[in-house]
Amino acid sequence: MNALRRDAGWWALLLPAFLLMTVLYVAPIVQVLAISVTEPQPGFGNYERLLTNAGVQRVIGTTLRVCAMTTALALLLGYALSYVIALARPAVQRYWLLVVLVPLWISVLVRAFAWVTLLRQQGLVNQGLQAVGLVDEPLRLVWNEFGIVVGMVHYMVPYAVLPMLAGMREIDPRLLAAARGLGASRRAAFLRVFLPLSLPGLVAAGVLVFIFSLGFYITPAILGGGKTLMAAEWIKLQILDLVRWGMGTMLATVLVVAILATLVLFSRVVDLNRLFGGARA
Amino acid sequence: MSGTAAAGHALDLRGLTRRYGTFTAVRGVSLRVERGQFLTLLGPSGSGKTTILMMVAGFVPPSEGQVLLDGADITPLPPERRHFGMVFQGYALFPHMTVAENVVFPLRVRGLGRAERDGKVRAALDLVQLSPFAERRPAQLSGGQQQRVALARALVFDPALLLLDEPLSALDKKLRAELQDELKALHRRVGRTFVNVTHDQDEALSLSDRVAILNHGRLVQFGAPAELYERPRTSFVADFLGKSNFLRGTVRGAQGGAAVLEAGATRIAQALPDGAALPSGAAALLSLRPEKIAVLAEGEGADTVVGGRIAAWSYLGADFALDVRTDDLGTLRVVLPSWRAPIRPAEGMAVRLGWTADAAVPVEEDAAA
Repeated sequence: MNALRRDAGWWALLLPAFLLMTVLYVAPIVQVLAISVTEPQPGFGNYERLLTNAGVQRVIGTTLRVCAMTTALALLLGYALSYVIALARPAVQRYWLLVVLVPLWISVLVRAFAWVTLLRQQGLVNQGLQAVGLVDEPLRLVWNEFGIVVGMVHYMVPYAVLPMLAGMREIDPRLLAAARGLGASRRAAFLRVFLPLSLPGLVAAGVLVFIFSLGFYITPAILGGGKTLMAAEWIKLQILDLVRWGMGTMLATVLVVAILATLVLFSRVVDLNRLFGGARA
Repeated sequence: MSGTAAAGHALDLRGLTRRYGTFTAVRGVSLRVERGQFLTLLGPSGSGKTTILMMVAGFVPPSEGQVLLDGADITPLPPERRHFGMVFQGYALFPHMTVAENVVFPLRVRGLGRAERDGKVRAALDLVQLSPFAERRPAQLSGGQQQRVALARALVFDPALLLLDEPLSALDKKLRAELQDELKALHRRVGRTFVNVTHDQDEALSLSDRVAILNHGRLVQFGAPAELYERPRTSFVADFLGKSNFLRGTVRGAQGGAAVLEAGATRIAQALPDGAALPSGAAALLSLRPEKIAVLAEGEGADTVVGGRIAAWSYLGADFALDVRTDDLGTLRVVLPSWRAPIRPAEGMAVRLGWTADAAVPVEEDAAA
């Protein structure tokens, strides 16, 4: 009896969070799902467009391409950064970490506009390139995919660094010394010892960055200048400007499913890595 | 793998010095290890022993001095080109590889063919009796087994030297004793030159052909274990290697290989081996091992006899350890075999202690000790 009352207390504590999750989060998503198969008329008409409508296909293609490039570049830059941080002395590590994290505290809006001022035709980068004489005409660095990728990579590098760094910190630095002592060159020690041991962190970072990138809105909207459309902006366009709820919610649903599918795939890869790695101890 | 003593290599250290900023971790260490010998670098933490090993391995470049292998200067070579096997502190086994993959690693990075690799790995695993565990991961092995994997991995490529960085420190006492014996047997079997670093004096004494005792970055004494134990040069060596009583006295009359020291009313007869001289009137310091002091029966004599009272005692199974307070020599630690001991120790009991003139050795006092 007493135990029952105590249990009830626990449930009561959980209730607000539970309601918040269901009423404000799950319910709207379910509704979005519902709209995508009911508007403008019931059926899978909206989803058919995935196969027939070139516009939708182009948006999906752009989104996947930009996300893949962003993920690849963020991982590359982030890996090098994490490697340097992980092997630095603890005192130095703290400063590095601060440098990595500071951009996270600056509004994404501010950062996107900062990139616009840097990359536009009369921006600092183009002026510099022209002054040095590397280019005659200003390069088109913004309001295209290039600009979007630059802005997104800049935003994503910290998110790539954190999981990779956590993984790399678990690697005993003596393993690298041991590899060298056993006859491996620096390169071989990295390829055969450090890289495989840092792989779980790399995969985790990749999935995190990719999923984040899929739903990106502000950065592509500003740096794409309305010319290069990615999924989130396209959804906003459908719903707010064209009032085609069915199409907008359809792509939103596809986005949610894509993210869930990536996560499922990810959990499998991580399990595999558990089998390989030292996590069994 | 089936090498004889000739398969080992001689190692020369010449004036090895390593500075870190203004701090000198190792100063002017010179010593020579002959082919197939087992050298132990022994010292307290911060004595520079690990830094020396890292300079031999090639991980730390010396500020001054050279490392020579069979007379050839290898100081500028990076670690991977020295072909030294190394067992790291904590073993540093690769957690993502099986035992067999760990052991094959040095062969693979050397680009050996598969057939040759397989044969050598099998021989190395047989050597440390780990063949049944070839497909396990390091995390699935006990500490002692991990240590043997590290040994197999370090020996599989027929290294010129085997370097061991506190190989037994991570193990509990009983296992340590077992693996100490195994390591010794392994050294006999492979006949290679081993360089071991430890702070454990028992390990140093039982394993080594040569021991180098280090303190504050300096080589204090270098020699065979028995030589260091029986004839320590300084009070630090006497104290660090085994236990020692220190007797202070003033030299009164020294001639013909013998001297008499005076400490208060006590006269100590001291033999002076090999022409060592103690200037008359000077203060001298003697190191006297606890097991070399006898508890005298009534009427029994000795070169030096001193009376005292037992201040504390403990029973250690094989021995009694007695702390005997004397008037002139302070408290002396005495180790008395408990089997047929002449007395049954009791606190406050009066005893007569005696030792022969050759029991103690004169030692220098260490400046910084």
